[in-house]
Amino acid sequence: MPKLIKNGSVIDDAAQILVLDETQAPEALSLPEGPVFVPLAVWQAHKGVLSDNKAVGVWLDSHESVDDLAEDLDSLSAVALNFPKFTDGRAYSGAALLRTRYGFKGEIRAIGDVLRDQFFFMQRCGFDAIQPKTGKYSDAQLEEALASLQDFSAPYQAAVDQPEPLFRRARRAA
Amino acid sequence: MYRYDSYDQKIVDERVAQFRDQTRRYLAGELTDDEFRPLRLQNGLYIQRHAPMLRVAVPYGLLSSTQVRTLAHIARTHDKGYAHITTRQNVQFNWPELKVVPEILAELAKVEMHAIQTSGACIRNITSDPFAGVAGDEYIDPRPWCEVLRQWSTFHPEFAFLPRKFKIAVNGATQDRAVIQCHDIGLELKRDAAGEIGFRVLVGGGMGRTPIIGTEIIDFVPWQHIITYCEAILRVYNRYGRRDNLYKARIKILVKALGIAEFKRQVEEEWAFGKNGPNTLTEAEVARVATHFTTPAYETLPADDAAYASQRAANPAFAAWTRRNVLAHKVPGYAVVVLSLKDPSRAPGDITDAQLDQVADWADAYSFGEVRATHEQNLVLADVKQSDLFAVWEKARAAGLATPTFGLLTDMICCPGGDFCALANAKSIPIANAIQARFDDLDYLYDIGEIELNISGCMNSCGHHHVGHIGILGVDKNGSEWYQVSLGGSQGNDTSIGKVIGRSFAAAEMPDVITNIIDVYRAQRLEGERFIETVRRIGLDPFKIGVYGDAAIIERKQHA
Ligand code: HEM
Ligand code: SF4
Repeated sequence: MPKLIKNGSVIDDAAQILVLDETQAPEALSLPEGPVFVPLAVWQAHKGVLSDNKAVGVWLDSHESVDDLAEDLDSLSAVALNFPKFTDGRAYSGAALLRTRYGFKGEIRAIGDVLRDQFFFMQRCGFDAIQPKTGKYSDAQLEEALASLQDFSAPYQAAVDQPEPLFRRARRAA
Repeated sequence: MYRYDSYDQKIVDERVAQFRDQTRRYLAGELTDDEFRPLRLQNGLYIQRHAPMLRVAVPYGLLSSTQVRTLAHIARTHDKGYAHITTRQNVQFNWPELKVVPEILAELAKVEMHAIQTSGACIRNITSDPFAGVAGDEYIDPRPWCEVLRQWSTFHPEFAFLPRKFKIAVNGATQDRAVIQCHDIGLELKRDAAGEIGFRVLVGGGMGRTPIIGTEIIDFVPWQHIITYCEAILRVYNRYGRRDNLYKARIKILVKALGIAEFKRQVEEEWAFGKNGPNTLTEAEVARVATHFTTPAYETLPADDAAYASQRAANPAFAAWTRRNVLAHKVPGYAVVVLSLKDPSRAPGDITDAQLDQVADWADAYSFGEVRATHEQNLVLADVKQSDLFAVWEKARAAGLATPTFGLLTDMICCPGGDFCALANAKSIPIANAIQARFDDLDYLYDIGEIELNISGCMNSCGHHHVGHIGILGVDKNGSEWYQVSLGGSQGNDTSIGKVIGRSFAAAEMPDVITNIIDVYRAQRLEGERFIETVRRIGLDPFKIGVYGDAAIIERKQHA
């Protein structure tokens, strides 16, 4: 079963990421069994039906805007943000916006080209679920990679995981 | 200057550990080249022609003598005995081996230094006025603000993978010495009518292929809000800056595409949410940081030291050096000394390990233990007593650091170019040295007066050729090295982008080309007119005629 880093530890996770190829129209919905993340277009086409199904989350690609989900967040328990390449940093802003602007309390999952050297940043921006591609890391490597969540113990600036900057949290010597 | 507390120290120590592990995993084959590249870049590590190149951060150009000695040690032990000062006040080593880089970082961390975010698509080292705190025309010391911004930008989680690099500069004096108009964000400190400190914010300046001068986005942001305002700019850029084309990814392209009014609207909309949030600065924090930049223990001295006057009268070479390389200081009896790294026998901006050690000693003996790196690739001792100037000069001269040409034609900015850089179209250092060799007569140089000559080995413009009064750009023509010349660029308050004068030249032609340009200037200048003023007054045509001859111009006009 695919692995997922959830709140700092590795767990099994059955959720599927539904990806449409060019031949599939979002309107023609066929949901797999069990928990699934559907593309934004599918969500928008079938919101009415899907919003009662707690097994359904939405995933956004990096060019898609979390603003388009703002109205729907109450009926969602999970949103996944895709990193097409790990150097595409738009999802960091997306996650931060979901948490701070829209007050989203559900799961925010990092998917796609997700690498351990970015775990720390992801966590700081509000991702509580981090899912490297299947096969990217062995189980042992994934356990080892948890260490990257702790790369820095006292960051300077405020972010989602630490809403106060260091200068408000700590009494610093002059 | 700013000294680390336990938090700052911990962050750089943790960085060393992190990068050590990343390097280990890369060398063990666990990280691919593509995966490692951004990680090493965000640690200032390029892979170049000969070896990796390591860029060490010198926040807003300030160095302690201890740090300078560590740089000397690194140059000696891990490099070939020299270091290079960059146009963004940083220090580069050209030859370190990848596997020793974690060791180098550990040595740097011991003296409160690092290479964090000196490259890569993130917020880079913040630069500022090399004469901060001592310049007579300064109205607000930019250094505490630079340090506050440095801390905020260090490992900012949301902005570690921007579309492209992001450079911020801060100036707090009448004269802009931080090139704020050529930065992604340029910050000009100012006071409002009530005397409160704040910032005028410029956005979207930059060099590269598409040189653009920054545009004002807001004329006053109160200091409490400067971080949240910058965050709003960066968030808009991170979300909407282009990522499909490397050459169109800088914020300047986004600002141009949206127009400043629309860009500003989006920033303000974003700011409405972040403003007054937790990143709002507090008086206590600014005061804490500012205590690191208090004035040193200056002595009460006469404004004009008598011995200094007689030393100048007795020694023309010393007098010449003081005229160029010694600048006024805001405290009576003190002076600012520019240690020139433009000795014609070395690459512009290069300094040896032995010279670095000497500079550290002079800093301790004569300048409160501090050294500054400048955008023009020189070093500065900012607080020297007039009565010590002669001693400093004698030592600097013996060490080859007293070339008396600050601000003159041969005090040029020059990128590493084809000798070191894998991206180069052409070499730049030999061109610089050839021009320095041609213009080796000091009287002649003084007669030509203040002029900025900047050389880049390719369109990336690391040598700022766009804003040189004379700009030289290396271009590739069918695999051979050619040089394009532009005139009329300028940095500082009246920043302008130079215009190309015509067809490019072979390396061997370059000294003659510069001579011809200078001859036109000398023939045409009015009393007291600087080179750039003459160019602006008479335009390019007289220079084109001087360089290409009448025929070339007439022919081109007919074709046009
Ligand atoms: C030798 C290795 C170097 C490489 C591979 C390199 C690479 C680059 C590249 C690709 C750009 C263009 C970025 C863009 O337009 O977005 C650039 C710009 C720049 N580089 Fe370098 N560089 C090197 C060394 C230096 C050095 C030694 C300096 C200082 C003397 C320097 C200072 C700059 C500056 C000031 C810019 C212009 C920034 C702007 O566009 O606003 N670089 N560099
Ligand atoms: S301007 Fe070009 S040649 Fe010069 S250092 Fe930059 S990238 Fe290299």
